[in-house]
Amino acid sequence: MDLLEYQGKQLFARHGLRVSSGEAVDSVDDAVAVAERVGYPVVVKAQVLIGGRGKAGGVKLAANADEAREHATNILGMDIKGHTVRTLWIEHASDIASEYYASVLLDRSAKAPLVMFSTEGGVDIEEVAEKTPEKLIRHHVDALAGLTREEALTIARDGGVDADVVEGVADALVALYEVWLQEDATLAEINPLIVTPEREVRALDAKVSLDGNALYRHEENSGLSDPENEDPIERRAKENGVQYVALDGDIGIMGNGAGLVMSTLDVVSLAGGAPANFLDAGGGSDAAKVEQAIGLILSNPRVKAVLINIFGGITRCDEVANGLIGAFHALSPSVPFVVRLDGTNDVAGRELLEQAGLAGVHTAGTMNEAAEKVVALAGGAG
Amino acid sequence: MSVLVDENTRLAVAGITGREGTFHTLNNRAYGTNVVGGVTPGKGGQDVDGIPVFNSWQEAAQSSAPNTAMIFVPPRFAADSILEAAAAGVELIIAITEGIPAHDELRVYNTLARDYPKTRLVGPNCPGILSPGKANVGIIPAAFFSAGNVGVVSRSGTLTYQIGNELAKAEVGCSTIVGIGGDPVPGSSFIDIVALFEADPQTELIVLSGEIGGSAEEEAADYIAEHVSKPVVAYIAGFTAPPGKQMGHAGAIVSGSAGTAAAKAEALEARGVRVGRTPTETASIAVELLGA
Repeated sequence: MDLLEYQGKQLFARHGLRVSSGEAVDSVDDAVAVAERVGYPVVVKAQVLIGGRGKAGGVKLAANADEAREHATNILGMDIKGHTVRTLWIEHASDIASEYYASVLLDRSAKAPLVMFSTEGGVDIEEVAEKTPEKLIRHHVDALAGLTREEALTIARDGGVDADVVEGVADALVALYEVWLQEDATLAEINPLIVTPEREVRALDAKVSLDGNALYRHEENSGLSDPENEDPIERRAKENGVQYVALDGDIGIMGNGAGLVMSTLDVVSLAGGAPANFLDAGGGSDAAKVEQAIGLILSNPRVKAVLINIFGGITRCDEVANGLIGAFHALSPSVPFVVRLDGTNDVAGRELLEQAGLAGVHTAGTMNEAAEKVVALAGGAG
Repeated sequence: MSVLVDENTRLAVAGITGREGTFHTLNNRAYGTNVVGGVTPGKGGQDVDGIPVFNSWQEAAQSSAPNTAMIFVPPRFAADSILEAAAAGVELIIAITEGIPAHDELRVYNTLARDYPKTRLVGPNCPGILSPGKANVGIIPAAFFSAGNVGVVSRSGTLTYQIGNELAKAEVGCSTIVGIGGDPVPGSSFIDIVALFEADPQTELIVLSGEIGGSAEEEAADYIAEHVSKPVVAYIAGFTAPPGKQMGHAGAIVSGSAGTAAAKAEALEARGVRVGRTPTETASIAVELLGA
């Protein structure tokens, strides 16, 4: 679960990492009121889950109330790469002496936490990593011991920070590690981590990703998701416990198990079709769940044909067939379906479908055959 | 032979008294797996269709001497159950549970490595392990696999069944099917299982089924080039998956261009592993190589 900047900063502050004083607002009047309170100059920052806000005009400096009002008016409602700005973060503008980069994440291949640090912050850190890898410190942490202050001091010194802020940077790294650990984050990143002329170390931005599987032990974080910015069908899917990702094509896809569904998308593409969505109905799909899933697929007006690809392990094919029959009666779809049922109770499932005699429902024996049929029904390759 | 589970398996199940736990445990026993006990705190002394239930892994170990543990408890209890089974001396732990927090997985992996180096964890979030004709531990539908000489290792459940079914249609059987799961910190990697298949005399060919994300397939490719003499056929799902909403840049720095299906297929092919574009093609390459 990705957090907006201001939400990440709230978590930072909770663990003693310094951030500038500011507030999140969702109206122009509130933006000006906060600006007055924190004192000019202020920065007006769009809160969206996408990079490149600054280049898109979503981050502006305001020297007085008129400018704050103007920028807030322009940025609220702005579209940044498909994300509508609904919230602004207003903070007192910082004077900057140095810009660093710091992050903590789970390194899957090392099976350990990884702390990264660079004095080349405030820029495209991927470019720094590629062109001048010696300027990016990568330090693996013993997952059971955690990041010690000694290690953090070494990272700061080796990173080449000014001697008078070694301690401040080390404190920030330890606090960032605590954010990552205590909040069950998979990523906690600051770019830039600044040093002010008064030699204070402060996080000017925040990118935090929380592990959705661990939310049960962080009740205080459960309100941090951002349903406003989600695809409406994806949001409905989540509420129904189904995994749905919107895609650009016109062939609706449903399957069970993420791997099989990904494979189904590939096979449909190879057959010349374009999938409209990824939908994993999960294990143990009962009739009600299948009906909901089909409803989700059909709520996308671009869908011209639907492929249902089930290999029954826990999922029973007769239940899928019942769900499909129920969905047809409830939704009376106007697009053709291709159904491939294989695995547990597949014969019973196919018999149920045949007995129901549903118009526009075609069956297929293999995944490849099913893909070719659905591409033809959707209007052929193209 | 086969790997990890066979007629010598003595299985105990954490979460045996839950609905899913009971269903799959009895399924496994019906297949012929020797199920010697179950663990549910507070329900010691009961039984599940004649299988004794114990309050702790320690009790189960003392009374029933299991050599294999299956974890079926809810995610919030899974990490402790795995570590408790390891502390009780069980050396193979198969965790089916889905949705365990990543930090718990990290703690479990590193604790096992430090304190119980002989213990092997497979999963979590995996369908289990099946050695056709010998033992089934987990939720793999055994009806779709026959005994034979192909070793299958996979990150995805249903995709494994799909490939196994394609092999069975071509009358090719399997030595063992191992689901390693797709979680961020799996207990066993492709490399661990491929090494077991390389050493297993029954296994003549290895099928590796991967998917986008992480770099486990790329690492396996390097390992196969150096250490594996048997033919390996791979399948990667997710060629057309859209790039996920990447948050920040730290992840990209770590994995570089690795992680996409194309990068994985390229890494494998560059090291002599043939990669099927569909599950069907993957199975037919395996059949072709076995026939040669």
